[in-house]
Amino acid sequence: MRRRRALWFWVFVGPFALGLALFTYVPLLWSVGLSFFDAHNTVTPTHFVGLDNYTAMLGDDAFVDSLKTFLVFTAFIVPTTYVVSLSLALMANRVRWARAFFRSVFFLPAACSYVVAALIWKMSLFNGVRFGLANTVLGWFGTDPLPWLASTDPPWYWLVIVTVRLWLQAGFYMILFLAGLQRIDPALYEAAAVDGARPGWTVLRHITLPQLRATSVAVLLLLVINAFQAFDEFYNLLSDSRGYPPYARPPLVYLYYTALGQGQNLGLGSAGAVILALVIAVVTLGQARWLKLGRTDADG
Amino acid sequence: MTMRRRTLLAGGTAGVASGLIAACGSNTGRGGDGGGSGVALSQWYHQYGEPGTEQAVQRYAGAYKKADVSVQWRPGNYDQQTAAALLTDSGPDVFEVNGPTLDQIQGGQVVDLTELLDGVKDDFNPAVLTPKTYDGKVWAVPQTIDMQMLYYRKSLLKDAGVEPPTTLDALVDAARKLTSSKVKGLFLGNDGGAGVLGGTPLYAAGLQLVTADGTVGFDDPAAARTLGKLHQLYADKSLLLGAPADWSDPSALLQGLTAMQWSGLWALPQIQKELGDDTGVLPFPKDGAAGRPTVPVGAYGAAVSARSKHKDAAKDYVKWLWVDHTDYQEDFALSYGFHIPARISLAKKATKLRTGPAADAVRFATEHGYAQPLLWTPAAQTAYQDALSRIIKSGAHPESELRTVVRKVSAELDRVKKNRGKNQAKKTS
Repeated sequence: MRRRRALWFWVFVGPFALGLALFTYVPLLWSVGLSFFDAHNTVTPTHFVGLDNYTAMLGDDAFVDSLKTFLVFTAFIVPTTYVVSLSLALMANRVRWARAFFRSVFFLPAACSYVVAALIWKMSLFNGVRFGLANTVLGWFGTDPLPWLASTDPPWYWLVIVTVRLWLQAGFYMILFLAGLQRIDPALYEAAAVDGARPGWTVLRHITLPQLRATSVAVLLLLVINAFQAFDEFYNLLSDSRGYPPYARPPLVYLYYTALGQGQNLGLGSAGAVILALVIAVVTLGQARWLKLGRTDADG
Repeated sequence: MTMRRRTLLAGGTAGVASGLIAACGSNTGRGGDGGGSGVALSQWYHQYGEPGTEQAVQRYAGAYKKADVSVQWRPGNYDQQTAAALLTDSGPDVFEVNGPTLDQIQGGQVVDLTELLDGVKDDFNPAVLTPKTYDGKVWAVPQTIDMQMLYYRKSLLKDAGVEPPTTLDALVDAARKLTSSKVKGLFLGNDGGAGVLGGTPLYAAGLQLVTADGTVGFDDPAAARTLGKLHQLYADKSLLLGAPADWSDPSALLQGLTAMQWSGLWALPQIQKELGDDTGVLPFPKDGAAGRPTVPVGAYGAAVSARSKHKDAAKDYVKWLWVDHTDYQEDFALSYGFHIPARISLAKKATKLRTGPAADAVRFATEHGYAQPLLWTPAAQTAYQDALSRIIKSGAHPESELRTVVRKVSAELDRVKKNRGKNQAKKTS
């Protein structure tokens, strides 16, 4: 009986485990191996270079700049998404009528592809000519058209990048917050009301936010990891057939050009990928520790 | 007999698994020793914008009787797609390449095609054949020549009292005068020209990207002076930025968003159709006493993958299509979009290239054309392009930016020279 169970376990789990090993773990280990070789235009290199690719990558201004770009992006997108999605959740939770409709409306953008949304933002809303939507609105106030994605001083491109991601992901995190809100015991609010607390900021600060602590920690972790993995909207908003501007180039875009672009420097790209993975791991662990992920009040 | 649910599930799972395994080994686009008229060859092209081009290349392939050629028309980042495909066995046998790059040649990813040009090599335009030649061998057969130039609307320049600019200073001045609240003076692409101009301003200053003896060709104060003028265009707000279509598409000029636009020869038929005689063309204007007017030229070429199982058949096909069948080359260059045939004899007799802006373009390509040298690697290009972007848009100091680029490009040149040494040592051992 036990043997039969094991057999069926592997029949159902085996194909997926095999796929995971073949398409995730083998490439991952292969990439780590490649990072110690001179691997121009080959995935089976022979020339071992030790840590040369790592030192080259860490000494590469463009890669270091890409990490700084990520930090700026994270500084914009994480708090903004947190605040917006929480606000949407509070509104959607409070609304008395057409509740399902409002939840759906806020959540729907999450179903849209990042590529499609980026192209809509780039070509319709924030193009740099006078008939772009944003520039049309500016024109009503007598302002000249702004080159949203090409302007580095001031860096208007951040507005475009942040708003598109905000629009795409706020609905998803709103759902997480809604789930958290619905788990809060109504008795807490009733007790607060009996004690004279007026609904609003006081209740939000002393009851809602502490009760949402576990959800908030999960949301913040996901937001930071997602920000590190930013690629689609950056690439589609800012690249053209001739390349990509050096500003607003996140690490994954840079590694894409290094390893998979015409340069095909797979050793250097792999070293960059390993460095980036380590940075993400360190930041995530640091953040989890700082937010005391997994600890209960009893743990102190 | 009734089939038990578990038996059915097990059978289904096995079926799916075997299907997946079979799928992994099929439909590579390359095929094996196919039936029909001979071996099966897979040929890749990047997606051309001109209607009819895809049908034309399929017609050429269909007319070849010694092999079954399947054409793949590939949209998207074609150069990246082919670069990645060359690492695997599922790539093409014959493919169009905007190169090949030096690393692809040194890495043994493409086949030597020198013998295909026996007797006709001198008829291929040297400007585009040279970047496909390394160690005296030809690694791709040029198909058609593309070039870029400056288009302008004669009427707008006349109304503003501006002469067609022949110097970079005059271009900066003209762009400023032509700029109004509705129309910008010049469109060099949505990135301000960093991508499409590339080395063109350096050649216009009398410099080059890489010298004939393989050293950095722009380690000169003139480079910083010229690139600084491109920032002036940006600072004057004379550049159109953020157009819905980029520089390769003439829409910005045709929609009246700009008075002058940098674009390719391929855009000429559309521009002439819409603007008629209101169209003028210019090379990128010279800068400084040693400067010269400049236009970049380039050519996609047909190459054979070193991983092809049918290299000889693939070479035969390339020779048949792009060397022997001059009628196909002429048709491909001139019947759909607008390109210059890579064969000098064909370019000379093409009637479409003898008058008006087309004739000017051919003259620019002949007299002022430069092609990106083979030693200009993608890493060198990225470093230079990043610096150019910072100079144009952020007003970065050209001297210090160029110093960094010179250092990086020198290191790249050292690397590829070292690889050449390694390859030669391998051959002699």
